[in-house]
This record gives sequence, C-alpha cells and structure tokens, in this order.
Amino acid sequence: MKNTVLELKDIAKYFPGIKALDKVDFTIRTGEVHALIGENGAGKSTLVKIMTGVYQPTKGTIFRNGKSVQFKTSHDAQAAGVVAIHQEASMFSELTVTENIFMGHHLRKKSGMLDWKAMTRHTAELLDKLELDISPDTLIKNLGTAQRHMVEIAKALSVDAEVVIMDEPTSALSLKEVEELYKIIRQLKNDGKAIVFISHKFDEIFEICDYFTVFRDGQYIGEGEVPKSSIDEIVRMMVGRSLNQMYPKKDPKIGESILDVEGLSLPGYFSDVSFNLHRGEILGFFGLVGAGRSEVMRTIFGIDKKSAGKITLKGEVLEMASPGLAMRKGIAYVPEDRQEQGAILEMSLSHNITLPQINGLSSFGVLNSRKERGVTEEYGNKMEIKAASWKVNANTLSGGNQQKVVLAKWLATNPQILILDEPTKGIDVATKAAVHEFISEMAAEGLAVIMVSSELPEILGMSDRIVIMHEGKVTAVMNRDEADSDNIILAATGHGRGEKK
Amino acid sequence: MNKKMEKILQNRELNLVLLTAVLLIAISFRAPSFLALKNIERIINDTAILIMVASGQLLVILTGGIDLSVGSTIAFSGMAVSMLNQYNPEIPVVLLIFLGILIGTALGAFNGACVAFGKVPPVITTLGTMSIFRGFTFVLSKGQWVTAHEMTEAYMNIPKGKLLGIPNLTLWAVAVFAVMFYFIRYTRSGREIYAVGGNKTAAHFVGVSERKVNFMVFTVAGALCGLAGVMWTARYAAAVNETATGFELQTVAACVLGGVSLAGGAGTLTGVVMGALFLGIINNALPVVNLSPFFQMGIQGFVVLAAIVANVLMEQRNDRKLLAGRRR
Repeated sequence: MKNTVLELKDIAKYFPGIKALDKVDFTIRTGEVHALIGENGAGKSTLVKIMTGVYQPTKGTIFRNGKSVQFKTSHDAQAAGVVAIHQEASMFSELTVTENIFMGHHLRKKSGMLDWKAMTRHTAELLDKLELDISPDTLIKNLGTAQRHMVEIAKALSVDAEVVIMDEPTSALSLKEVEELYKIIRQLKNDGKAIVFISHKFDEIFEICDYFTVFRDGQYIGEGEVPKSSIDEIVRMMVGRSLNQMYPKKDPKIGESILDVEGLSLPGYFSDVSFNLHRGEILGFFGLVGAGRSEVMRTIFGIDKKSAGKITLKGEVLEMASPGLAMRKGIAYVPEDRQEQGAILEMSLSHNITLPQINGLSSFGVLNSRKERGVTEEYGNKMEIKAASWKVNANTLSGGNQQKVVLAKWLATNPQILILDEPTKGIDVATKAAVHEFISEMAAEGLAVIMVSSELPEILGMSDRIVIMHEGKVTAVMNRDEADSDNIILAATGHGRGEKK
Repeated sequence: MNKKMEKILQNRELNLVLLTAVLLIAISFRAPSFLALKNIERIINDTAILIMVASGQLLVILTGGIDLSVGSTIAFSGMAVSMLNQYNPEIPVVLLIFLGILIGTALGAFNGACVAFGKVPPVITTLGTMSIFRGFTFVLSKGQWVTAHEMTEAYMNIPKGKLLGIPNLTLWAVAVFAVMFYFIRYTRSGREIYAVGGNKTAAHFVGVSERKVNFMVFTVAGALCGLAGVMWTARYAAAVNETATGFELQTVAACVLGGVSLAGGAGTLTGVVMGALFLGIINNALPVVNLSPFFQMGIQGFVVLAAIVANVLMEQRNDRKLLAGRRR
C-alpha cells in the first residue's frame, strides 16, 4: 500500500528576474523510488532546496501526510522526516563517523551530558544495517567517496527520515559501489521509505526507479511509471521544446583550421580529447555537468596542465604553460562563473575591461588613461553595457551586464579564438539574445568560437559543429545538419555515438 | 533623497570626514585651543610616520594579506642607521636615509619571498618575522641604546628642520603620499594589486602574476618601514630596542578606519590617510580634554573595534543586496 507522504502543489520560486520554478506539482509516496529528471538548470536543485527548507517557495503549498506545512529551515524539514543527501557530501572531515551522523541531534544522558556511548552503539547498528565495514570512530577524511555517501545515508536513517532525497548519488561512485547503493535503496524501499532519486543516467533510472517526474525550464512537464515508459519518451519530455526561440545564426564563412587538439588528457577529468576548430566557426561543446568540458577549455587556456596530448595553434605546437601565454597567442577564455572567475567585483568597469591588456596600455609601467578610456568606450559600447558610468564597480551591475563586461574585456584583447564557457548561464532573456547575436557577429567576422553550453537549444541553434562529451570522453562530433536533440542527449548520456536505440 | 543618503553613507571616506569633523568640534568645546593652527600642524606631524607606514600596510591589505612585522622592521632599520650614524658620523644623512630604505626593503623582500614563493600565509610569515626582526635588533645593538648625544645634529635634523615653515617630517609624509598615490592609481602594478586582491582567480585568468604582486607589496611596505625607521629614531633622538612596538596594529587600524577591506581588493590611500589622522586626533585630544592617559589605549581600541564592526556590517549588507540580485 503506497501512501502519499509529501506533496508539493503549484510550487513557484522566483528570484529577481528569473522564474526558477513555476507551477510545479510533485508527489512522493512511500515504498517508491521516484526519479526526478531534467536537464541542467531545469529546476531540480531548487525543488530539492524547497523540499528541505533551504529555500522558501514564492507560491504554493507543501503537504506532509495531507497536512499543510512550512519548512522554514532545513531543521524543520529534518524534523518532519525529509532529508537530502547531496551530490558533494557535506561532512566534517576532521570528525568521526559517529560525530558526523549525530551532528545537530546529539543524544543526551539525563544529566544533559552527551551520551557518546549510545551514539556510538547506534552508529554501529546503522553501519551494520548498511553492511558497511567501517568503525564508528573513523575520521571522515579517511573514507572514500562511496563510503562517505553511505555515511550520509546512515545519517538520514539516524533521524528516522521518511523521505530521502538523493541528488545524483552515483556521480562519484564506481560500478561496484553503485550496486551497493542499489541494494541499500531497495532495502530502504522495502522498509517503506519514500526515495527521490535525481539522475541524468537512464540506465540507473530504469534499473532502480518506479516512477518519474520530468521538469524542464523550471516547469512540471509530465510523470509516469518507469516500467511502462521508454528512454525515447522520457528524452522527448526532457528536451522536447520547440526551437521557438530564434537564434541569430549567420551564414558561416568557415575558413582554415586554426586550432588542432589531439589526444588531450588530464587524469581524473578527461582523456584522449581530440577536435579541431576553424576560423569563422562556432564549435559547440555539449555534455552533462561533470563531462569534463570546462576542464578541457581550462587546459587549452593554460590554467590546468595537461598530462598528455598536443595543442597546435596555426601550425605551431604549443605548451600552454600559463593563461598569459595563451592570451598572447590570441586565445580568450570567458569562464563559466563570472562572479568567481570573470569579473573583479570591487573594481570599476573600465579597469575590469582593460585588465587583460594593461601591459599594452602602459609604457614604463605607467598606465595611459587616454588609451584606457578609448578601449573601455569602444568595447563597452560595442557590448551595449548598461551602466551609469564606466567608473562604477562591477558589483553594481546585473548579472547580464556583468557578463557583458567580461565579454568586453576579452574581446578587447582582439583574440583569434574565443572560448565561451556557459556564456548565457543565469542571465535574463534579453541579454541572452544580445549575447547570441554578438557571438554570431564575431564568428561572421572570422573569429573562431568555442561555445560550451548545457542548454540544448542554444547548442543546436548556434553551433556549426557540435562536440559531445560524456564522462571525460568525446562521444560524438556532429555537423549542424545531423544533430538533433535526441541523438545529442543520447551521446551525452553515454549511449553510443548518438545512434538511436 | 533616501537614495542619496544611502550613497553618502556608503562612502566610507566621506563618513570618516564627517566623523572627524564632529570629533574636532566636540573637542574644541572643551579645549578651544585644540583647533589652533599650531596644534593641527603638530597633530599632522605626529601622524606623519603612521601615514607612511600605513600606506605600505594598505598595499599588503589590498592583496588580502597583513604585515605584522612593520614595527620590528622600523626598529631594526632605525637601530642600524642610528648605529651607523653613531660610529661613522661622517656619513652624510642623505646616504643614511637611503640606507634605511634599503635595509627596510631587504626585510620586506624577505617577507615577500616567504609569502610569494614559500606559500606561507602572510599572518604566519609576518608573525614570525615580527619576532625575528625584533630579535635582530637586540643582537645588533647588544641591548644598548643610541641616545641623543651619540647622534649627529644633522641626523636629528632630518625630521625637525623646516621648509617654508612646514616641518620636514610632514613634507616627507606628503612626498610618500604623492608617490604612493601615483603608484596605486596610475601604474600597472597598482592596478594589479587591486586585481589580485579583488579576485585571485580572475586575475590569474588574465595573466596577472599573484606571486609578483605579493612579493612587491611586502617589499614596498618594508621600504616605507625603513624610511620610517630613520624618521622615528631621528625624531625621538633615540634608537631603542623597543621602538615602534605595537605599531603594526595602529597601521592596520588606520587602514580599517579608512575603509580598507581586510578581505582585500577595496580601499583607497586617501581613506588610509584620513584613518591615520583620525587616530592622531584621538591620541592628541585625550590629554587635552583631561582624560587620563591610562584611558588612551582603551579608547583607541574601542574606536578601532567599532570601526571594524561597522565595516563588517556594511559589507554584509552590501553582500546581501548583491546576492539578492544574482542568485538563481
């Protein structure tokens, strides 16, 4: 008998300028493994945060066993028996397994002292139940990733959680460990727990899940029983939007090959990555989070050091030793996270834009402010940055305008190769369109562009060719006319070289 | 109107000017002579060394570091130069000043090398060298002092002399201010300091060398301490082993009061000068308003703490605003 334990009705979550979730329904039942499916940015994480009290929904109601509840903090959610196990285990690495498991809900003796004996005993029982061969006194830092995950699960059990949410639990596990996890999940299911299983991987979903709900762009798309559905059906729900957004794609004038990458490897991130890039081309890089796309770009730009492989730029084999060298050779890299890696928030727009080329803008170490102003105005205006003045700090701008500042700063270096890592992530629709327009224009002018993106429509709409990566390997390279959302997703989830099943 | 007020409140330098004005007015009620030109001139002259050293501290703090060894660097270079003067009175003072700067530069470069190449965190590096440099001072002097009658008249006149009625020491501070202002604002290196302090990763991505910047800021800070060492010993006509003990905290306090973010990346030299002057006024005013000097340290500490708390609260508020604008 399956009971509804947690029901979310008409949930919406707005952030300034963005609807992260809108009109979402989600129902969790006991004794069921429920897959939550969606592309990156579909709103899965936001939903998890709402279920666990980290975020408050803007609209909508949560029902726990039929009663309307509000989770004001994660503590509230935990008290109600809703627990999430996160992708990257959030644990105290210098503390023992027992201390971690009982953090926040220590057992006490009558005198008010902490009852470590009881806690250790309880931990041993939990570990036993999960068939984990580790001592309760082991420090977390001495455990492997898989074991940490198991400890997280033990922690969830220790609070007697009824709803256990697992956010991509298998992403860091080996095959054998995944089997272990499945066993535990089945056991939990038989114990009558409700499990939410977030994953990108269809083989996992078909292996372990009973029911699924698909999200797209922050909206509920559909649900169904896993055994009665096919991969194709679910993929269509995941990506099946019409390409109604017009992409300002210009007719490419593809020139000679400018960058040749052969057998590039970085252990633990990617291996044997080969591709080439032509002038005037937009080369899309698609893959799921963790596929290794950004790491490839960082390596080409000299931030990470390759372990093997060859990078040839205009016939010249290069050891990309530092970002400075890559810059001098005409490569520009616009990183994914503009707050962390792109803009310097406490610095003025003008100084941000001119920073990559302050060497060229100064003589004998003294900056030429007239030249600086020239560069700022030329590229700032070209990118149509909306700001009160070039002297205001970058942190006074909206995300979209910050992204424009980062783009302007790189363009001002006059690159021949422009690498864009998620160029439109987290920015509003209008700015998005402006950025797309601008990428097209630059390519039409002969710039070679690499565009890493997790947004399928963007990849399909903008790229001349698409490189698809899965778990550190290139699984397919497609021309614009052979690519469609189905074969891209299949290649990105590791299902062959994009052949349909 | 409200927005305008907010903007003014966000400008910490302006805040400090207002606060200083209020302070001055309050003091002048109790001691009208405090505002006399002569006294103001004295306050500025008393603060001159703090201004020099604090502007070096500013560079270090802008990168997100801190230099706790400034007091010891002042003591060592001051002692070394004073002893040179004592035993070789024929060396011209210009050369002595130069040597003082050179010694300070060497000590600062040592700090910089530890941080930049040894990857030792600035706090730990300078906590160590704070003791090491002080220890060197004792070794060098064998515990002896260099006193007024052992120094040459010319040496003691370095800060004391006057040009156009302005004390030399004040002029030195003005010169340091001018050079540093230009350096921070108009040179490539100055810009790189803000870049590294504001966002290490982003700076790395555009080819700015964090190592070079770290090495440079400590070296410059050391050079200014060297100069300050000469000024200090000449002004007080004594080189003692305890010279400038605890001075590092005053320089940090001047920076924080002046709105420099301890996290790095934000702060101006004018702010630091304002902060130093504010401290100078408090130090000079307490005896004037008949407060026991025993209160002095306590009150100074209290003011600095209040300024830091205000700084942190302000930053948190701004962060929250920024987060609201960008979180997804």
